[in-house]
Amino acid sequence: MASLSKAVNTVQMTPKKLKVKRFVPLENPTNTYLTDEKGIWAWLTTVDHKKIGLMYLGAVAFFFALAGFLAIALRTELWTPAKTFIEADTYNQLFTLHGAMMVFFVLVPSIPAALGNFILPMQLGAKDVAFPRLNLASFYIYAFGAIFTFLSLANNGFDTGWTFYTPYSSDTNSAGIIWVTLGVFILGFSSILTGTNFITTIHKLRAPGISWDRLPLNVWALYATSIIQVLATPVLAITILLLAMENILDIGIFDPALGGDPVLYQHFFWFYSHPAVYIMIVPGFGIISEVITTFSKKTIFGYWAIALSSLAIAFIGFLVWGHHMFTSGQSAVATTIFSFLTFLVGIPTGIKIFNWVATLYRGSILMKTPMIYVFIFIFLFSIGGFTGIMLGALSVDIHLHDTYYVVAHFHYVMMGGTLIALLAGLHYWWPKMTGKMYNEPLAKFAAVLIFVGFNVTFLPQFIMGAQGMPRRYYNYIDQFTPFHQTSTIGSYILAVGFLVILFYLAHSLIKGQKAGPNPWNSRGLEWQSTSPPDFHNFSHTPVVIHGPYDYHQPMEEFQLGLAVDHEYGDEQDEVAAEAHASLDTETTEA
Amino acid sequence: MGRLFDFMLPENKSPLTADSTDWLFHFINEASLVIFLGVIFAMIYFAIRYRRKSEDDKTPLITHNNTLEITWSVIPLLLTFVVFGLGYSGWLNLKTVPNDAYEIQVTGFKWSWNINYENGAQTINEIHVPKGIPIKLVMTSSDVLHSFFVPEYRVKHDVLPNRYTYVWFQPEETGESQIFCTEYCGNSHSNMLAKVIVHEPEDFQTWLDENAGGPTGSPIEQGEQLVTLQGCQACHSVDGTEIIGPSFKGIWNRERKLADGNTIIVDENYIRESILYPGEKIAEGYQNVMSPYEGRINDEEITKIIEYLKTID
Repeated sequence: MASLSKAVNTVQMTPKKLKVKRFVPLENPTNTYLTDEKGIWAWLTTVDHKKIGLMYLGAVAFFFALAGFLAIALRTELWTPAKTFIEADTYNQLFTLHGAMMVFFVLVPSIPAALGNFILPMQLGAKDVAFPRLNLASFYIYAFGAIFTFLSLANNGFDTGWTFYTPYSSDTNSAGIIWVTLGVFILGFSSILTGTNFITTIHKLRAPGISWDRLPLNVWALYATSIIQVLATPVLAITILLLAMENILDIGIFDPALGGDPVLYQHFFWFYSHPAVYIMIVPGFGIISEVITTFSKKTIFGYWAIALSSLAIAFIGFLVWGHHMFTSGQSAVATTIFSFLTFLVGIPTGIKIFNWVATLYRGSILMKTPMIYVFIFIFLFSIGGFTGIMLGALSVDIHLHDTYYVVAHFHYVMMGGTLIALLAGLHYWWPKMTGKMYNEPLAKFAAVLIFVGFNVTFLPQFIMGAQGMPRRYYNYIDQFTPFHQTSTIGSYILAVGFLVILFYLAHSLIKGQKAGPNPWNSRGLEWQSTSPPDFHNFSHTPVVIHGPYDYHQPMEEFQLGLAVDHEYGDEQDEVAAEAHASLDTETTEA
Repeated sequence: MGRLFDFMLPENKSPLTADSTDWLFHFINEASLVIFLGVIFAMIYFAIRYRRKSEDDKTPLITHNNTLEITWSVIPLLLTFVVFGLGYSGWLNLKTVPNDAYEIQVTGFKWSWNINYENGAQTINEIHVPKGIPIKLVMTSSDVLHSFFVPEYRVKHDVLPNRYTYVWFQPEETGESQIFCTEYCGNSHSNMLAKVIVHEPEDFQTWLDENAGGPTGSPIEQGEQLVTLQGCQACHSVDGTEIIGPSFKGIWNRERKLADGNTIIVDENYIRESILYPGEKIAEGYQNVMSPYEGRINDEEITKIIEYLKTID
């Protein structure tokens, strides 16, 4: 393995014990994780976190394309106030499917399971996640859950909206609802397992020298996300089980006809689904921190403010679910408390934005594609945040609830936030994952298309929502036509933007120029390996003596590894542990 | 007054319920715009001012600044407290019905609104109210969740099958205001529209007196009015048009094929069963989406409806 790198320098660390040397990653690695095991079977049975991450990425891209295609169909139907080309029942099924797929199959796994899987162990200097087989299992559980959702389509489909509100969802006699909820139930386990895996990995597999204050912010974000995944997802499973019991066994839980309470369902549902919003967005915050420092060549401003605000969001995020229910008939006291807590969760989010912008101050800013997406993120996500404050205000929410204003708000947060962050991360780590560069001018062009298309699609929705246009409407009254048509045009521009991305990424895979190990000159540990990395990520055990964004330190000091020639034995682990301890001492003294 | 974001809101026709909401809407928008422009301006300014000039650029080590962190945490926090307080007080106002409010009963069902007045008058999808006094709607649903929304009054509340909820407003001008259902309720959710029709107080009294006691006339005429008032026409046409359910035209004594393959003659008992327990016998080619009318209609009314259906050829 050591042949991958050439040792050019040996640095003696003070104090004592630790012998490290410098490993410069090769420009043209001959042996990478892509060449290590070949063939479809090797991929399907791999326990390599990088390949599993890529399989997730492929699956997420597939579902995104599918659900995105549905969105285009929906927007096309809304071109005219009455029927444009599909029936009401079809429309209702399509928006349900669009929402359910985007949430459960795209947004939830997108950043943690796809990019996180690939990047997290590398940022920790680990060979893999803590439980590689569990990691593969969670991918198959995800695939299995997806199959059930498709089975629902063969069983009359379902038209309840992705929220499955009772008693509509329990009254409906279509079998599709059983299949899709079962699919979501199964999918939840995939999410829980990934979360457990990441928490363990972050606690146990950090390379020597990576103390908690040297953890990349992407890792902090994934850590916060994993906590939410592990704690909140079981409640979704409980909710779905109760729903299924009611549907199949006629046990009255949520349906008033059977003596149940429909508002109880909403509490259950949002107890998961609000934290789930943070499962979707918090990993995006991590990516933004990584990209903005690399392309500013500068230490992050307010490391602890950003790291801890992720945790704060994770915890407060559990206590705000009732803000989806201000008009539902929940108790007045609950409504008041939920509104108050909702504002509290907005603050850590604002803090992040301010810290990111402050990071730019006196930086050395290079506007490459990932950085353009960061700027787009800050622009769109801020609008999502401010409109969230609007929706948290009790009296105003009464007017705006369940209108297109809400639709626009969560698209600004989920698409303008999570998905744009995903694009930033994808363009940032693409050279690492594939070893290839993409066409930069074309990528910038696509980013502009997406920015323009996004705003043309969703800005009019704020206006028509505030004007009163309710969501989930197949027909609408004439006065909203201009807004709907503008929005539809915007969605076509967005679609073109994504097609351009598809084109140049495919081109990059086939004909892309070699990227080299660290095309962005990042200090991040994941960039101190070859591109693509070898099967074990590094040819050595990395040793970290600086924070991940210490751009004032020379690059050489980020390329250290244990000098001892190792073969993964017990003896080696002891050395690593000692190194860890002595490095900690060293930093506190320095 | 003319505020920057006026273009976003619909007309305000019930100032007592809408004014505080509108004020807060404008306040949040304007405050957000200032902060948003500040952030975006700083970001773009930095990107230009500090653009990379060479790969060897050195950047200063700036790790954090506690004064700044506290400033940009506390100021937004205080602002959100203000927003919370104003939102809360506006919402309390929406919850607190004036004592002298005029009460009207509203029942939502798939996919119409049925309105009942104190003197037995009934309407469908039209709420007649007098101008200038507070109106309280006491609402319930006879099937799934619905939500009652009048944008021009800034009021909305979910309508539930197992309890009563209410909204109040006080229209200050005559004319019509749009009502939407804003909780997804199935196939024709987007057709579950209605109107508030505001009269001068004396005109309202005249209207109310004219319609006292509900349906009038011969059994057939009453049956016809009941078919309208019960919202049957949202799904069943009387002119042969196929909507969501079978048309009533020529339905009497016809042979009808059922979804389970059997055939049945449309008689009194079939109609009665189809009204009370519509899921029992589904006509071929139609979905089982009708909500049961059990408990919502009595036998006398069913008989009148049957008499009316016999006459539609």
